Parts: sequence; structure tokens; C-alpha cells
Amino acid sequence: MPDLLIELFSEEIPARMQTRAREDLKRLVTDGLVEAGLTYASAGAFSTPRRLVLTIEGLTAHSPTTREERKGPRTDAPEKALEGFLRSTGLTRDQLEARDDKKGQVWFATITHEGRPAADIVAEVLDAAIRNFPWPKSMRWGAGSLRWVRPLHSILCILSDESGASVVDLDVDGIKAGDTTRGHRFMAPDAFTVTGFEDYAAKLRRAFVMLDTDERASEIRQQADNLAFARGWEIVADEGLLAEVAGLVEWPVPLMGVIEDRFLDLPPEVLQTSMKEHQKFFSARNPKTGRIEGFVTVANIVTPDDGATILAGNQRVLAARLSDAAFFWENDLREAKSGMETWAEGLKSVTFQSKLGSQADRIARIAALSREIAPLVGADPDQAELAARLAKLDLRSAMVGEFPELQGTMGRYYALQAGHDAAVADAARDHYSPLGPSDAVPTAPVSVAVALADKLDTLTGFWAIDEKPTGSKDPFALRRAALGVIRLATSTTVRMSLATITPKHFSRLFSQLQELGFAQIVKGTEDLPEDIAAEAKTRLEARMVPEDPDTGAQGLGKHEARAAQITSDLISFLHDRLKVYLRDQGIRHDIIDAVLAQDGNDDLVQVVNRATALNDMMATENGQNLTQGLKRAGNILAQAEEKDGVEYSFGADPKFADTDAERSLFAALDTADPAIRKAMASEDFPAAMQAIAGLRAPIDAFFEAVQVNTDNQILRRNRLNLLSRIRDAGRQIADFTRIEG
Amino acid sequence: MTSPNRPRSFQEIILRLQNYWAGQGCAVLQPYDMEVGAGTFHPATTLRALGSRSWAAAYVQPSRRPTDGRYGENPNRLQHYYQYQVIIKPSPPNLQELYLGSLRAIGLDPMVHDVRFVEDDWESPTLGAWGLGWEVWCDGMEVSQFTYFQQVGGHDCKPVSGELTYGLERLAMYVLGVEHVMDMPFNDPDSPTPLSYGDIFRQTEQEYSRWNFDQADTEMLFQHFKDAEAECARILAAAETDGAGRRIPMAHPAYDQAIKASHLFNLLDARGVISVTERQAYIGRVRALSKGCADLFLTTEAAGAA
Repeated sequence: MPDLLIELFSEEIPARMQTRAREDLKRLVTDGLVEAGLTYASAGAFSTPRRLVLTIEGLTAHSPTTREERKGPRTDAPEKALEGFLRSTGLTRDQLEARDDKKGQVWFATITHEGRPAADIVAEVLDAAIRNFPWPKSMRWGAGSLRWVRPLHSILCILSDESGASVVDLDVDGIKAGDTTRGHRFMAPDAFTVTGFEDYAAKLRRAFVMLDTDERASEIRQQADNLAFARGWEIVADEGLLAEVAGLVEWPVPLMGVIEDRFLDLPPEVLQTSMKEHQKFFSARNPKTGRIEGFVTVANIVTPDDGATILAGNQRVLAARLSDAAFFWENDLREAKSGMETWAEGLKSVTFQSKLGSQADRIARIAALSREIAPLVGADPDQAELAARLAKLDLRSAMVGEFPELQGTMGRYYALQAGHDAAVADAARDHYSPLGPSDAVPTAPVSVAVALADKLDTLTGFWAIDEKPTGSKDPFALRRAALGVIRLATSTTVRMSLATITPKHFSRLFSQLQELGFAQIVKGTEDLPEDIAAEAKTRLEARMVPEDPDTGAQGLGKHEARAAQITSDLISFLHDRLKVYLRDQGIRHDIIDAVLAQDGNDDLVQVVNRATALNDMMATENGQNLTQGLKRAGNILAQAEEKDGVEYSFGADPKFADTDAERSLFAALDTADPAIRKAMASEDFPAAMQAIAGLRAPIDAFFEAVQVNTDNQILRRNRLNLLSRIRDAGRQIADFTRIEG
Repeated sequence: MTSPNRPRSFQEIILRLQNYWAGQGCAVLQPYDMEVGAGTFHPATTLRALGSRSWAAAYVQPSRRPTDGRYGENPNRLQHYYQYQVIIKPSPPNLQELYLGSLRAIGLDPMVHDVRFVEDDWESPTLGAWGLGWEVWCDGMEVSQFTYFQQVGGHDCKPVSGELTYGLERLAMYVLGVEHVMDMPFNDPDSPTPLSYGDIFRQTEQEYSRWNFDQADTEMLFQHFKDAEAECARILAAAETDGAGRRIPMAHPAYDQAIKASHLFNLLDARGVISVTERQAYIGRVRALSKGCADLFLTTEAAGAA
């Protein structure tokens, strides 16, 4: 059982691509080997900035010889058919065997596939893996045509067993596989030979290469913590940065530096972002002062001066960066204290989206919508509107110009400096949230109002100009905005009717853009050649005033129809996202469908509450049986209604009840009906579920004892009308026909 | 950084780079005699990266970025600065080693410093060009761009050129241990007339900053842009043969006009008269010119066409 070792040695692989790449290498090679008939005991993949490595243990030395039997034409078939069969099997006539079959004698061929040595298969599989490697971005170099993430320099590919190691014969575009590699770029640049994975890993370590990314990461973490501890500081945890830095070095050497006093008054977010984004430094916090006072940089080399030169250089670069940051901060503070009017004015000339006006236009819309949402979330409308007007002003600040990721964070500082309430300032920071599925959701009322308005404006706007996400394309992150609406609404139980809010906001958007006039929007086309400008103007206008789907007419008067269409479209998009969201929370998709089919589905909180209650009930045996009963009632009813051409919906009379089972069903419905109605009206969904669950036993007993479709037409009609009461009871809660099983 | 090998002036660093790359077999060219935003715009890079012919050149290129002007006050930012540019086609397999050799030549020993290749893909929307590579970090500072050209003017580069760009002021400030660019010794500080960078450029930075931001006549600049664009289009559309029946496509004169348009766009941008939406349209117009020039250059002898 030989072991296989592969190393693909190249110029520096981008850190963000390494993890995926080593997994891809493992998958491509092991899949290929298995498909060719080899088996293996275990496989492991590693990566450094300069190498992708795969080790496979216990590989079979040969693929097995296999026989394949193939049925051919009948022995009395025309000669042509036989010739074709011989060609396809590669056999001669005397190698065929005639056997009796149902329809007479038939030719059978037995084809033998000889086993092949592992080395041949490895060569083939690795060649294909290299040529078809799924890099996110790849390149050519020199005069060759091979593609790799950066120039590929060498391939190490050996099979080793007790008798020693042998190089797999492989040549990829002039790069011949061998059994040598190199160590650290500067500390051990010479080539050396390896005989197997253990030998390889040990020699690499002596050559200043730590092969395992996790080991490099934990080394960095540990040493950084130690350095910080020695000064009484703590490292600000940043897993993303740690992973990236571990992908930038083969031999991590953390070094600690101190931030100069003159920068310590900068907001900690600024220090941290500047150091992380520009320098890939970890931040060190002094727990006594709560400030960020130091940093850790991770070098890739051990130097005779123990990194003194490197640290001095890094410190210098940091000082230059932070001088810039301090300059921005001071200028921005001046502007903030004077009311930020220059920024508000400036946003008028910043395009949000060419068809949706400027950032200032967008802010005006969000402010109006925030005011409208405020009472629903318990916020003061004046505060919500003010917060919305301030929330995006920091986009014009120098600091956010330099660090876009600090948008909102800086907005909060500037709003406070301008003398606004903490609630208003916090909304500036929080209104972009939640950004992802695990991002925290704001709960302060003013923040929630502005955050919801921000996302609803985005969704309404892009729906209005028909830029919806398609397939994997979602350039404006509209799915994220939709998930944001869902998480905001449900985690703070904001009760709002999207069917009311959306068309109103669409009208607001529409009339605002009308007011701005097309002239302004098509201004950008003025310098284009005339015919192109005219064409662009026509297209913009066509999109600005969407065509009425029924009449084909365009114009202001038609936008109500469009508003209705956009609203229902957008709500169903939100429903789709809600399904994904609820499924992740363990709620069955058919249960969500059953709830979404009901009225009131434009209130997301209500949908969630209903679905949750129904899901809980469906998890019980009672719930499942009840569903069976409801569905059975529904089916019998539907068949009868189709056959008779009438709807049975009224007039079930207990006096025609023939059996006890029938009578107790009447009684049960008389109890359950008002109970369900009352519970639903007060939105006590668990109580509604309990009430309907009480019908399970009577329904079961009814179907046990009673035949609905009896010859007595009076009894039959009465029973069908009784079934319709069951159906109605169910419909108050959900569309049970959509529930599976 | 007190090694005996340490250069003492800005010009010594340039001279060492010139010597080093000459020693590696590059033709040491002179700067292109037009206003450009970066060394890449020199036809020795843009056009020569196209076609099948081998090529190796190195040169200093004065570069102008009007929006970066700070009246000579910012320690690191200038509206006029120098890039050192190396372009080799096909990219040699040891280009990284050659590059590291150039750092040693100017006194940066990679055994004492932390030299790193950090992902940075390069794209020039106005040239219709892109490539993959890195920014090279020395002790946390970006000292060079290292790019394998994949496309120029919308054409695949075959073979691929390797391009190195050094931001000379920043690199030199680091090597010389200077905090403010204007304090950097330009010539030997012990010479009879020692000149600092500021002695040479402080006044010009002030003058150009004022002109770029406040004074440049935008009407005229817009007109010049249109003129350059029209002339470029006219040259590209001209018959390939002259009156005497000789085939002389005029790729370089056309490309000069594209460079001109590009720089005029930068000036207009610095004057703040181009809106965000217009920006894209202008970039698209310059790209169209660059592409036209690339198309034409590929039909010429310098590109290896018969």
C-alpha cells in the first residue's frame, strides 16, 4: 500500500484562496483516483502562501482488473449489426459467445479492463486536476498557456512504500514532476529531496516552513497573547484577520509595537480599522484604560536584530497612516460641530443609483418612511425622522471616504458631536444592521424605525426600476435587505402591513422622481454623441415610467396599477426569504406555505407566530392525525362539490345527526368554532391550535362510524355541510391542504 | 538601516535601479515626453505588452495625478512624482528573484526586512487592461506593484509581460529614513550644492496644486478633450497607406492623443467638474481610444505582425 505525496509549488497564492484551493485539490485528486478504481485509507490537504499539498495514505498499488459483459445483436441479425458490435467492443467474432435469450440466440461479449498501476492513474488525475483547477481567478505567465493562480514553479509527486520513494512520471506544460522542494523564501531557499510526507513535513520545519495553517494561526494567537500579556494588555480577537495573516506567512513571527500617544484619542474603531485594513495588524487593548494602545504585526522572517528593523519600519508606516486619520478626524469634527450642512448639501451630488436619484433624495424618502414607521415601533416620529436625516451624512466625511466600513460608526460620533440625542446618534450607527444572518439586530425603537425604512426604501426602489435579483446575481444585496426586514420585524415584533406601507412608499418614490424631472437624470448623457444620448434618454424614460402591463400605456396616471403589482411582487419575494429564514429555524416549508396561503400574510410577525404555533402542533401525534382528518374531510367535500356542482358551505343541522359520533362532532365544532375565532382574533395562536386540536378525536370517531356518501340525500347533504364546518374551522388557521403527509 | 550599502540620495536610488536593470539586460529608456498618470501609460509598456515580440525595458516616468496635489504640504502626497517601471516580455521564470535583487541593490536586504507579496490585482479601466500580481510590502509598507499582464486594450497578452512599478519617492523616503518628502536629499548631501526634493519641487507643487484645483480653464480642457478624442479617431480611421503607397499605420501618434485625453480627464476630475455618473462615461471614452490604438498596433511590425 503506497503513500502519495503531492506538492504544487508556486509564487504567492492570495491568502483568501488557500483554504478553498487545498480542499479542491483533495477533492479533485481523490475523486479521480477513486473513479479510476483505486482506494485509499486517508487523505490530508495543507496550504502555505507558496504551496498546496496533498498527502494520501494507504493507496492501492493497482486498480483491479474488471470484466464487463455486453449484450449484442441476435445471431441471425444482419452482418452490419454484428460489425458495429465488434467495433464498439474491440473484439473479434471468435471472442463472442452465443447464448440463448428469450427471442432466440444472441451474441454476448466479455470485455476485460486490465488493472493499471497507481502511478499511471495518479499522473493522469493530477494532470487533469492542475489543468481544470477551479481558481476564482487564474492567469497565464511567460510564453506558456497553462493557467494557475500565480506562476507554478514545480510539482512534487512521489509514491512511497517500504522499498522507497519513486517519482510519478508527469509533465504539465514543461513542468516535470520530481521529488524536491524548497523551504522558506529567504531563510532556506535551497532545494532538497523528500521521501514521503513525514520526511517532507520535518524537513520543511527545519527549512522554516510551518505546513499546517491551523498551526500557524495558533502560533500567531499564542505569541500575540503572550506579547500582550507581558504589557498587561489583551489582543482584540479577530478571527478573519487571523486566518488571513496565517495565509500570508510560512514562518510567523509576531512583533509587538506601541501606538504613539498623539494618536490615542482617535476613536478605537478608527485605530482598529486603519491598522487592520492597511497594515493587517492586530489591535492590543489596555483593559485599564479601555483604549487601544498597541499592535501586533506578524513578520515572515527571523532576523539577526530580532525584528527591530521590521518593527521600526511598521511603526513608521503606521504613524503616517494614523496622521492621515487624525487629520480626517479633526476636520470631520469641525464639520460635525457646525451642523453637517455641507455634508447634507454634498449628498445631493452623490448618485445613489442613476434611476433612483441622489443620496439626498434617498434620505428624504427614508426620513418620510421612518416617520411613518415610528409609531409602529414605539419611536418618537420627530426623532425617527431626524435620525434618518442624519444617519448617512457621514458618507461625506473624510474618514468614511478613507474607510467605507466605518460608515455609521462615524455617523454616531458626528451626531453626538453635533449635540443630538444618544437615541438619534445610535440610529446612525445601527441603521445599516443587520448586515448578515448572524449580525445583531438593533432593538432601540428609533434605530429600528430607520433601519426598516432604509431597507424598505432599497427594496421598493429596486423593484420599481426592475432590478431584482436573478439566480446568483444580486448586485444590490437585495436578498440581504429582505432578510434584514424579516429579522428586524420579527425580533422586535413590529406589526406592520406591507400591503399598506409599500404602495404608499412607491408613490412617494414615484412622485419624488417625477418632481426631480427626467432632465436631471439624463444629464449624465449630455456629453455623449447625440444618437447615443437620445437612445439612453428614451430607455431611461421608459424605465422611469413603467409600462402599464394591461394597456401598454405610459404615464403618471398609471402608477397605481404598477404600485399594486410591485407590492405583491415584493411581498412574495419577502415570503421566499421568510421561508428560507424559517426553514433554518426548523419550521417545515409546507407549514409555512399553509400559513402564507392565508389572509394577513403581509404582516411578517403574524406569519411567523402562526407558523411557529402550527409547527409546534404538527410535531405532536395529535396534530398529524388532525391534519389527516381535515384533509380527508376536505377531499370528500371537494369530490362531492365537483360531482354535484354546488358548494356545501352552510346549513348542517344537528337534528339530522344519525349517530352519536355525528352528534358529538356537532358539539365539538360548536365549542371549537368560537374558541378558534376568539383565539385568532386575539392572535393567541397556541390557543387556536389547542382549540382545533380538540376536534381530532370527534373527527376520527366520525369517520370511523359514519359513511358520508350515503343514499339518503338529506343525510348526505347534511353530512357534507358538516364537513364544510370542519373545513372552515381549519381555514381559520391555515390552508391544511398544503401540509404534507 | 545603517548598512554600508545604504544610498544617500534620491538620485542614487534611481541610478542604482538603472544600473541594476541594465545589468539584467533591459533597455534603459528615457521618460515619455507627455503627461501621464503612471509609468504604465508609456507606450513602451502599454503598446509593447501587446504582440508576440520579446521586450525588456526599464525607465523612470514622471507621473501626474492632479487630485493628489497638496501644495507640497503633505509628507507623502504629490501631484507630480516619479515611478520606476520595468517591463519584460515574456515574463522570466525568476522575475520575483530579479525583483528582490533590485531591492538589495538599493540597500534593502530581505534578510533584515520583512518582504511580502500581498495579493493585489491590477486593472486600468482607461486602458482596458488587467493583470494579476501583488503589491510588495517591505516592513508593512507598499514599495512596488508586481503584475503579470493578462489583457491590454481588450487583447489577451501572449506572451505575458511581467511589469514592476516602484513608487520612487515613497521607496526612497523609506530607504533614506526621511519623514517628509520635501526633506529628502535629491543629490549627494555632501556635494557643493546639496539640493533637497523640496528645493526642486516645493514651489512647483504649490503652483500646480493651485492651477489644478482652482485655475485650470475647464471650458478649454473640455474642448481639448474633444479635440484629442477626435484626432485620435481620425488617425485610427486614416488609410494605412500613405500617398507614396507605403503601409504606415499610425498607432503611436493615435496613442499620444489617447494619453492626452486621459490626462485631460484627470485634470477635469481634479477641478471637480465631472459628476459620478459622468465619470464612467468619460472613462469609457478613453478606453475606446486605447482599444482602437491597441487594435492598430497589433497590425504593425513592432507587434510581430508580418
